[in-house]
Formats: sequence, structure tokens, C-alpha cells
Amino acid sequence: MSRIGVFVCHCGENISRTVDVEKVAAAAARLSGVAYATDYKYMCSDPGQGLLKKAVAEHRLDGIVVAACSPRMHEKTFRNAAKSAGLNPFLCEMANIREHCSWVHEDREEATEKAISIVTMLVERVKKNRKLVPITVPITKRSLVIGGGIAGIQAALDIADAGHEVVLVEREPSIGGHMAQLSETFPTLDCSQCIMTPKMVDVANHPNIRLYTYSEIENVEGYIGNFQVTVRKKARSVDMDKCTGCGVCTAKCPQKKIPNSFDRDLGMRPAIYVPFPQAVPNTPVIDRANCTYFKTGKCGVCQKVCGPGAVDYEQQDELVVEPVGAIVVATGFELYDIGPKPAGSPYEGYGEFGYGTIPDVIDGLTFERLASASGPTGGKIVRPSDGKEPKQVVFIQCVGSRAREKGISYCSKICCMYTAKHTMLYHHKVHDGQAYVFFMDARTPGKNYDEFWRRSIEEEEAVYIRGMVSRLYQKGDKVVVMGSDVLVGVQVEIEADLVVLATAVQARTGADSLAQKLGISYDKYNFYSEAHAKLKPVECATAGIYLAGACQGPKDIPDTVSQASAAAAKVMTLFAKAELEREPIVAKVNERNCVACFYCKKVCPYGAVEEKEIRDRNGNLIRVVAYVNPGVCGGCGTCQATCPSKSVELDGYTDEQVIAMIDAL
Amino acid sequence: MHAEKVKHDFEPKIVAFVCTWCTYAGADLAGTSRMQYPSNVRVVKFPCTGRIDPVFILRAFQKGADGILVSGCHPGDCHYMAGNFHARRRFAAFRKLLEFVGVDLARLQFSWVSAAEGGKWVEVVTELTERIRAMGPLEEFKELELEECWSGKIDTPELQEAYKAIP
Repeated sequence: MSRIGVFVCHCGENISRTVDVEKVAAAAARLSGVAYATDYKYMCSDPGQGLLKKAVAEHRLDGIVVAACSPRMHEKTFRNAAKSAGLNPFLCEMANIREHCSWVHEDREEATEKAISIVTMLVERVKKNRKLVPITVPITKRSLVIGGGIAGIQAALDIADAGHEVVLVEREPSIGGHMAQLSETFPTLDCSQCIMTPKMVDVANHPNIRLYTYSEIENVEGYIGNFQVTVRKKARSVDMDKCTGCGVCTAKCPQKKIPNSFDRDLGMRPAIYVPFPQAVPNTPVIDRANCTYFKTGKCGVCQKVCGPGAVDYEQQDELVVEPVGAIVVATGFELYDIGPKPAGSPYEGYGEFGYGTIPDVIDGLTFERLASASGPTGGKIVRPSDGKEPKQVVFIQCVGSRAREKGISYCSKICCMYTAKHTMLYHHKVHDGQAYVFFMDARTPGKNYDEFWRRSIEEEEAVYIRGMVSRLYQKGDKVVVMGSDVLVGVQVEIEADLVVLATAVQARTGADSLAQKLGISYDKYNFYSEAHAKLKPVECATAGIYLAGACQGPKDIPDTVSQASAAAAKVMTLFAKAELEREPIVAKVNERNCVACFYCKKVCPYGAVEEKEIRDRNGNLIRVVAYVNPGVCGGCGTCQATCPSKSVELDGYTDEQVIAMIDAL
Repeated sequence: MHAEKVKHDFEPKIVAFVCTWCTYAGADLAGTSRMQYPSNVRVVKFPCTGRIDPVFILRAFQKGADGILVSGCHPGDCHYMAGNFHARRRFAAFRKLLEFVGVDLARLQFSWVSAAEGGKWVEVVTELTERIRAMGPLEEFKELELEECWSGKIDTPELQEAYKAIP
């Protein structure tokens, strides 16, 4: 026979106004198994909790129902009170008679009746509750950071500075990401290289950071605190330990006419190359697809000229397994290619504005390379077609963004600001030039952002035309841009020398396949989903995986750095504990009943179900049953509802508990 | 400004099986926003709609529920990634079975109510309550409950025929 205590809260007047709390307590006292029932003005207050603890001791209670507010509000409070009274916290339940009763009903009689019935259901449930013990799992205090852009670099440095080892994996031959490609950054116009490269060097020199460049994530197994990550180190064809970074090989390589993707194909690079002079690590890579030796077997110049003998044509891809406890995903973004549809892209090509067909129509990142002092033109702004200085430049915003009919309905967030920056950079370099901007809205929220945008108009003489471009075509060596100025209500036609498109920010191609490896969710645009839009902006729903930067959605540098540091803080919070403690709401398998159909394994969203072999004392296999790894189980209970033999049970939500509640209707 | 309460001859029992992350939170929001809805509904909380076994629905009908609501997160919003998809699929099949057994499907409603949709929760509960009130009590299952089990009492021609057909 149970000895349950029922505590009915008045919540000041919030409950007692519509619910006759004394009547509820009296009715509860008559229920079988209830040893004590009372009501109190504020159960959650210190005296209220004291009352509860006293009653547990005096009446030897073995279960508690607190009829008060929503368990989402105070379940933890009362479970802690129960714990300090010496009771297992999971023997305490809350009956929600405020949000689900007193606040939503006016009729006192009806509300009281409903409150009694809710309390009855919970009393029946508590009778079937079991003592549960929080689960502890060990933590590997190393972290994986995927992506070596500014987000990954910031997160890696923060975690490493806290004294934890970090494995930083970057797909490209050098870290740096998009930020290394930028010229100057808004709203302060400080040079991107100047603030970025010291951080890159810090990463390379940090004793706690293990850097894998030119590497990709092959496979991820395990769960929070205990991931096993397989990293594929792609063959660089250069021995990183031997190479001194002298650069003779790149200078002597006879194959020099390969478009440099770092410079948005404006410049050329050799087949053995470092993507840019400040690259970290400063070790070249052989582009095997374009190398004469790999194509024909003849050449070998780089190997001959290499003093330390670092060039190794036989190098193979290498797989490394790294045990880590937490993962920060910082894979960044890609620009919407508005030419013809790129292979593998989920989006249709934009097919407008002449990008890819008219040489003097470029995107924003290409303009960054033109304006960058370390870029292919040394910072001189010229037209790609004939190398002349453009005197009239048209910038078009929202190309691809906010275009539902083109498949992207979101705002890319950074374009208004970087276009304003571009007009300034252009005006600084071409004093007699004129910049025009076609825009839909100027969205400039952020510290000093709107002032920056105003400055581009008021001081740097950019002409902003509100309206979209209707047509764009080549006429002689000019590009004619036709559009409408909707504020004035006239048609506008500008003969431009150069057109810069602020193309949409979109998720990386292949973001979805990485998400599937990691077991994290992503939205319809392939941006990774945070666990809660407001309250858990850096956590994934999958425990132990955190997000930083534009892989979660379009972001500027300050937001990216903030989120990266936030993700690092979350990792450090996790690593601050010796062991991981979590709610024991997990599924358990009754091995005697399990028929090994493994339907549970098929439906489990966490991959928590494993196949367990039962052997006799001689080691002979008797049978295979399902086993739920409590560290991985998220506690959704889908397995239990699916199990045909009813041999898996979710603690805290067992069939017994649910049926007891239904039967108490 | 309280509307005069209308007394009805029949007050249905409604059971709502909801997930804790979306619909339970949505119902909480209806409370904190002080919205009003009929008091007929009793909420049973689950971690996820994926946990809801169709047996619970049958049991609730058997124990006197006149209408049942199953509600969880919108597709794609599941806290457990895919639980609501499993639930949706499971109940699509279950509805067919229920219809075959002879339960009017209007008594069983599925909906998606997110944590931000207090208003939708009120709407769904009010509509369902009014619909069931108009339909009247679900007698068939209650009779079964009274008889405990069939105990060989085959009193309709259809059941007799079905009984004979058993090899």
C-alpha cells in the first residue's frame, strides 16, 4: 500500500480563485493510498517546501503529488525538495491545476471537479513510479571543431585556452575560410587579413590544438562525451614534417595556368600551390587533377627542386580516429552561384543578371578579391574583361535572397552592409567613379551599422536606388542596367562598366551529408537547426554537438565570433564536470522478452539501440537481443510504442504509469 | 463580462495525449494567456507523440472517453527529430483499424500544436468538445467494458456470422 502525500497549492489566488483547493485536498485525502493531503498558499516558497519535507518525515510518505502549476515551471523545485527530504526525486509528480485548469476555466464547480480528476490521475501515476537514479557517463575532455574559418578558429582557440585539447579539421589546404578572402570588414573598415592572420598563426602554434588541414570528416560514432570521429587526411603529396615552406616548388612548377579558386578564378596558380601567401600551414598541396606528373607520369620538377625532399607522389589518403567528447560544427556558407545550375546544388540556377555570360558582372566575393591588397590585382579595382578601371559601378542587392520564386525566401543578412562597404572601398580607390546601388530595403541593424550605411550615401556619394533591376545586357563594352526607382516612380537606365551582385548566402554543398554523419537536423535550406531558436541557439538537438557561424544561418563576422565563443563556452561547461549526469528518462530492454526483431533499432532517431549478444559461460552464443545505450538514448519512447513484444520500456513513462492515469479517468 | 454558462445534458470526457515539448507547452501558454476553453479535457503528458501506443487510445475509449485528441510537434519540429513522423505513420494505420472496428473516426483527432500556439490548442480542444457533445456518448466501448470481455455472448447476427467463419 502506498503512502502518498498530496499538496495542493493556492498559488496566491491564481488557483484558489477558481478552484476550491480545500475541497481538492479533502477529495485527495479520500483516495486510496493517500496518507496525507493538505493545501497551502505558496507551495514553492521556502515554508511551503518545508511543509512538504516535514510531511514526508512525519507521515513516512513514499510518493508526492504537488497540485500546483505546470511541471515545466516547478517540477525541478519540488523534486529537489523531495530529494532533500530523503525521497527519490522521481517519486514526486506535479498535477498541473493552474495552466491547465484554474487559468483556463471560469466556472468554480467545473474547475474544482477537473482539478480533483487531475490530482486523481497523478496519484494513480505516482503509485506506479519507480525510483530512478541519474545516469552518469564519462567524458572525453577533447573537442572536435569542424571548419577552420573564423567561427572554427575562434571556438578552437577558446576551448584550447581553457586547457582542453582541440582537433580542428579543415577541408581546404589552409585555414582561414571566407574571412581570409575579404578585403576590409564593416563597420570599422579594418583589414580582414590584419585581424585574421594572427589568429590563424595562434591556431598553428597552440599546444592544445591539433590541426588537420586538407582533411574531411569520414565518419562519426558515439554520443555526448564519447564520440569516435574518423578523419580522412587527403593526400597532400607533400610531407608536412619535411617541408620548410620555402616556396621553390611553387615557383618552379611549369604548370602555372590554373585558375585560383581562392581568388575567385581571377588569378592563376601552379599545380603545386599554397592557396594564398599567408596560408596556415604554409605547406603546398599538389592539385593532382591538374598536375602534369599525375596526368602523364612525366615532369617531377617539384620533387627535383625540393631541398628537404618533402614532395611525395606516392602519398595516400590516411584515416585517423580521434576520440572526442564534444563537437563544434562551423562549416560556414557558400555564395549562391547565379549562373547555370551547379552540379549537386539543390537550387535551380538563377539564370539572370548575366552572371557567367557577361564577364563584367561579378559577385560580391570577387569584388572583395579585387579590392584586397593581397588579391590578384594588388588591390586595384579593374574590370575582368579588359583590365580598365570602371568609372560607373552598379551594385545589385538581394540577388537570390528574399526571392521565393527562386527557392530562397530568407534574407542573407550581410549583403546590405557589405554592399555599403563596397561602395566605400570603390570610392576610396576610384575617386572619380560613381557607385549605384539597387536595393529593396536597407537592413542595417547592429552596432554602428546604420551609421555606416548612412555614411556610404552621405559622405561616400553612393547613389541608392530603391527598386529591382528588370534587365541587364551587354552593349559595346558597357553593361546596361535597366531598373525602376520606385520612390521617384521613374525608369532608370545606367551604362555601367562593372556590375557587382550581392548574391545570396546559402548552406555549403554537402551540408546535408555531413549532418547525416553527425546525426543533427537541418532545415529546408540545409542550414543546421539549433535546439531552440531563442533559448538554445548554439546547441543541436543532438547532445554534445554545437553550432557556430554561418552553417546555422547567414551571419556577419561579429555574430559568428559571438556564437563561436558561445559554443566554446558550452563545450567548456560540459568539460567542467568529471562525469556527465543526465535525467534517467531512458529506455530499457527486457532481455527475456525481446524477440530480436530490432524494430526499435529501425525507429530510434539516436541510433541508441545496439545488438547485444548473450552467451553462456562457455562463450557460446545463445541469442541476440536489443540493448539501449543509456548515454545515447534521448528518451522519446518511440521504441516502446513500436515494440511488438512490449519488451522495451521508457523509464518515467512506462505502460503501467500511463494506463494507471487512463484508468483513473 | 462572463458569458452566461450554458448547461448541457451531456458533458463528454475528452482525453488529450500530448507531447511535453510542443503541445503541453502550448496548453501551458493558453493558460498563461488566460484563454478559456471547455473543462472536459484531461491531459496525459508524454515525452513525444512517438511514445503514444495505440493501445492507450483503445484503453481510454474503453474507460469512458468519448473523444480523444493526440497532438504533438509540427512535422520537422520534433524534439527527438523523428518521433512525430513515426506517430503520424502509426496513427494513419491505426485509424483504418479503428474504422474497421466501428468507432466513428470523428471521435479521434490528430493535430500539431506547437509551444507557441496557445490559441490553436484552445481552438482544437473547443472544436473537438463541441463535436463530441453533438455526437453523444460513445456507448459501444463502455458496454464492452461492462461485460469485461465477450464471454461468448454473441448477440448480433453479424457477430454470429463472423464467429462461424472462424475455422
